[in-house]
Amino acid sequence: MTTLGLAWTYLAARPLLTALHVLLLALGVATIVLLILFTGQTEERLERDAKAVDLVVGAKGSPLQLILSSVLHADVPTGNIPFTAARTLAADPMVLSATPVSLGDSYRGFRIVGTDASFLDLYSARIAKGLPFKGEMEAVLGARVARQSGLAPGATFAGSHGLAAAGGAAHAEHPYRVVGILEPTGSVIDRLVLTPLESVWEVHEGHSPGRAHPTQESREITALLVRYRTPIAAAQLPRRINGTTSLQAASPAYEGARLMKLIGVGVDALRAFALVLMASAALSVFIALISALQERRYDLGLLRLMGARPSRLLALIAAEGMTLVVGGVILGLALGHFAAEGLGRWLVESQAWSVTGLAWDPAELWLCLLVIAFGAATCAIPAILAYRRDPATILLER
Amino acid sequence: MLAVRGLRHEYAGRTVLTVAEWDVAQGEASLVIGPSGSGKSTLLAILAGLIVPAAGRVSVAGCDLAALGPASRDRFRARHVGLVLQTLHLIGVLSVRDNLRIARRLAGLAEDPAIVDGALAALGIEALASRKASRLSVGEAQRVAIARAVVNRPPLILADEPTAALDDANCQRALALLVDQAAACGATLVVATHDQRVKPHFKRVLEL
Repeated sequence: MTTLGLAWTYLAARPLLTALHVLLLALGVATIVLLILFTGQTEERLERDAKAVDLVVGAKGSPLQLILSSVLHADVPTGNIPFTAARTLAADPMVLSATPVSLGDSYRGFRIVGTDASFLDLYSARIAKGLPFKGEMEAVLGARVARQSGLAPGATFAGSHGLAAAGGAAHAEHPYRVVGILEPTGSVIDRLVLTPLESVWEVHEGHSPGRAHPTQESREITALLVRYRTPIAAAQLPRRINGTTSLQAASPAYEGARLMKLIGVGVDALRAFALVLMASAALSVFIALISALQERRYDLGLLRLMGARPSRLLALIAAEGMTLVVGGVILGLALGHFAAEGLGRWLVESQAWSVTGLAWDPAELWLCLLVIAFGAATCAIPAILAYRRDPATILLER
Repeated sequence: MLAVRGLRHEYAGRTVLTVAEWDVAQGEASLVIGPSGSGKSTLLAILAGLIVPAAGRVSVAGCDLAALGPASRDRFRARHVGLVLQTLHLIGVLSVRDNLRIARRLAGLAEDPAIVDGALAALGIEALASRKASRLSVGEAQRVAIARAVVNRPPLILADEPTAALDDANCQRALALLVDQAAACGATLVVATHDQRVKPHFKRVLEL
């Protein structure tokens, strides 16, 4: 019988207590794993989705809302801006490219984005099947939209008014025709339906039969996605737009960082809670080992009487403690990933946020090492007490 | 087998044991008798190499225990000494068979199911082999403790108050088992007790 086998036998002899110690530690580890996965993937996604856009110009309101609605497609827009104002801005010498975005409708929870061909360039998106859109009511589907809807080039569909997953009234009289499907990019474009600006205008102008046919000057878009021509534009253009026009300019990088900071407050609170859980778990393991020393003083003495070296008793207690710790870490990792995957599947309904439990974050390795090191330190005192136990006392104790 | 000369041991400056001269030959059975506090258990602890005496020389199987380091004494005890304790300590979470297997492993002896099963059979407890030690009756546990003491075929068996909690019939049975098993493996047996019922079973008696 090996030391590890004996340690396992002792743990198996009190299955409920062993399971509770492991579960307590696992809950702490799982909470931190979930936070690591959520914050890591959210940060990565914000960075990935926003990296192509230097500046977003839209209606006055919350700059964070403007970024969330027009870049991350996770909130409602702040309003609309005149298309002429957008065209004027696009002609500014500091602007390398300006991509219009017009929102308002959705299809099965996926946003229909009125834009132009430069949108594909912005995200380096390539057509996997079919062709890019050219004319009114033609649509190109993001990879996830195509996968989930089952639509293929040549198919038609009707958008619903509004951006919510449930959608509002269907624009059945203005069906879109799928002309192309994009390759997966891993970015926000995967879950968008792209169509020319004119399609969005056509659908909504058609909704107001009593209204005069709008001119190009009276038309509106939701936002303009801008790329700078020169670095100096980053310092001058937003200030000029915000100070001298009725438009609002917001930086995705800045607002993304601000969003992570806002999320960070909640994350920090959860992290503190998880640390308290883990500290409680470590304390419970410590108490379990100290009680084991007391309960099994005769067993340990007996092992020494039979010739076990003190180092073997140290190894026995350490093996018991580390089995609990490693068991807690493994179960915690599994629970954390399971919870992340569950959360991801729940969030997928909103089409706004996503997290997966099927990914591994390098920070998890550090977490595991840290918990195991902390666990080893927790086991050290009881193990050393076992090491120092005088076997003669079992003979002399009455 | 055992040679004790000028032995003295003390706790906190108080002398608890003195033995001027005591010899026990190989295969002989000897009784150490005396009232509580007379130093019987201390003597056994010294013979087992658990305590180094304050003065004197103790030789077991020709080996001066005081001359050995702690690790060597542990190895010596595992290979040369079988112990039966008053409260029949077995490892409760292990099966009867595993209680014997662990004694062999700690002595550095190879796994040999035949030897383990043979030791159990010799005491008529082979049917208990898979039972957890914590589920044994006192009589069964006593037999297992004796089986464990002899499973490594040690040259020396030390028994500390093996009959303390037993009625007359069980006392006689336990002693007979112990003496028989020690004789069967040719071991020297030293029984330490305050129980006067034991005295008639031994020719050699050391009174403390």
